[in-house]
Amino acid sequence: MNDHHLFENYKRGLKREKKIVLFWQLTILLSFFSLWEIASRLYWIDPLLFSSPSSVFELLVTRFANGSIFNHLQVTLFETILGFIIGTIGGILIAISLWSSARFAKIMGPYLVVLNAMPKVALGPILIVALGPGYLSIIAMGFIISVIVTTLVVYSAFNEVDPNYEKVLRSFGATRWQCFKEAIFPAAMPAMISTLKVNVGLSWVGVIVGEYLVSKQGLGYLIIYGFQVFDFTLVMSSLVIIAILAAIMYKVVENLERWLIRNRNT
Amino acid sequence: MSFLTLDHVSHHYFSKESYTKAIDNISIAVKEGEFISLLGPSGCGKSTLLSIIAGIIQQTEGTVSLQGKSTAESEMEIGYMLQQDYLFPWKTILDNVLLGPKVNHTLSDELKKKAIQLLKEVGLKDVEMKYPSELSGGMRQRVALVRTLINNPKILLLDEPFSALDYQTKLNLEDLVSDLLKSYHKTAILVTHDIGEAIAMSDRIFMMNANPGSIAKTYEVPIELRNEVPFLVRRHPKYQLIFDKIWDALESKESQQKVVDIPDE
Ligand SMILES: Nc1ncnc2c1ncn2[C@@H]1O[C@H](COP(=O)(O)OP(=O)(O)OP(=O)(O)O)[C@@H](O)[C@H]1O
Ligand SMILES: [Mg+2]
Repeated sequence: MNDHHLFENYKRGLKREKKIVLFWQLTILLSFFSLWEIASRLYWIDPLLFSSPSSVFELLVTRFANGSIFNHLQVTLFETILGFIIGTIGGILIAISLWSSARFAKIMGPYLVVLNAMPKVALGPILIVALGPGYLSIIAMGFIISVIVTTLVVYSAFNEVDPNYEKVLRSFGATRWQCFKEAIFPAAMPAMISTLKVNVGLSWVGVIVGEYLVSKQGLGYLIIYGFQVFDFTLVMSSLVIIAILAAIMYKVVENLERWLIRNRNT
Repeated sequence: MSFLTLDHVSHHYFSKESYTKAIDNISIAVKEGEFISLLGPSGCGKSTLLSIIAGIIQQTEGTVSLQGKSTAESEMEIGYMLQQDYLFPWKTILDNVLLGPKVNHTLSDELKKKAIQLLKEVGLKDVEMKYPSELSGGMRQRVALVRTLINNPKILLLDEPFSALDYQTKLNLEDLVSDLLKSYHKTAILVTHDIGEAIAMSDRIFMMNANPGSIAKTYEVPIELRNEVPFLVRRHPKYQLIFDKIWDALESKESQQKVVDIPDE
């Protein structure tokens, strides 16, 4: 009875803590938007440049109502998700090929370091020349920005797996590929999953920059367009949408992570 | 002809700056069904020797053969239990135990039943679906033992399999393992720090020197002790005799080392 009581107390404490955190999170959000609104109304900031939550809201409502935002939204989302998936899977595949041959890994070492240190967005113009000023270059941008870092992180995770797991498998006569499948890959799973989260952010960077450079549609294009025609409400609205989409994508990846960890064995 | 033969085996570990000679010129012959213990100070190359016998690392000099074949060819016939359990944390206990069959593509319902039966025999009931993190250290070691036994190896290499156990469990498991091995007439090599355990379980004991690892002395366990279960060996009048002999030998070796150490200070 007493034990149960303690447990109830503990649970109640947890709930309370959760409520307090949520309260402060909402408070910050609300004060940010109110402050922005007030500052804009009272001309503490130039409303022409910084817009205001109410005009952003208004613009979003009309844009969503007449459907003119969906096309942009779709395009950007498509490019980002594709860049993210190709970048992540590509990185993991390259890491596997590095792992499969220690010599290949040694040979590639310096190139990977250079590629990793290089600001990938600087490759934008070359991509456009090579792949044309379309969505292909943009997806390539989303890909290229995440693939190298994924490769490096995943490869080092492969190498950090305790060699004794491989020893156990080898004592059963396992092949190298079996060792990979049974020990290396599942043991490196947490590292791979954490690169997923990083890559969500990186792909957004790649795609938005790509759209700055070439596109005729997409949220990045809206930002640049709004900037050029001096419609900063459009810029801010696009930013808000990007923030929301990125957050949703992050949440999806987080759920994916939980699911993957649970089903790691099968 | 002997079952397992090590002929002038040495092993070096190389690194960029230097090398360590972990094993120096060891030759031993083990008969089928024999139980051997390796006794020696930490770092004298016991685990290295087992890894070589298991065919996991390649010795730098000498030959190892199991029934005339090199050990690399007969990997599946050797069961190697590492110093730590190394259960795969993301696999259930049952999947851990069935790792060998899975790797060798011999999984079957029959083996599954056998796995559960073996787990029961080592005192683990209803743990098949649990994960290693839910088990205590001793339980995990028993699972690792079952994982090794399920492959029905001809020779068992046990690297301090009982070191993480409480005394009582240890005695029980010693009896169990000794019983299993005797009834299937299996050959085994046991690494241990426990002189009593070595005497209780084995037919022959090799005492090793460190730096580099080599065989210092061999002790034959008296025939009266060999056929007893380990638990009863410890109470046998002859037990104390051989225990003292080995103890004294170890002591004198340590004091020798101390004499050598003093000038350094
Ligand atoms: N992978 C390795 N690389 C380099 N040196 C090693 C390696 N493994 C072992 N050694 C060295 O070889 C020697 C023997 O090591 P080994 O692990 O075989 O000892 P051991 O007798 O099993 O010791 P313990 O009783 O502590 O387990 C030690 O000096 C150790 O430092
Ligand atoms: Mg050891």
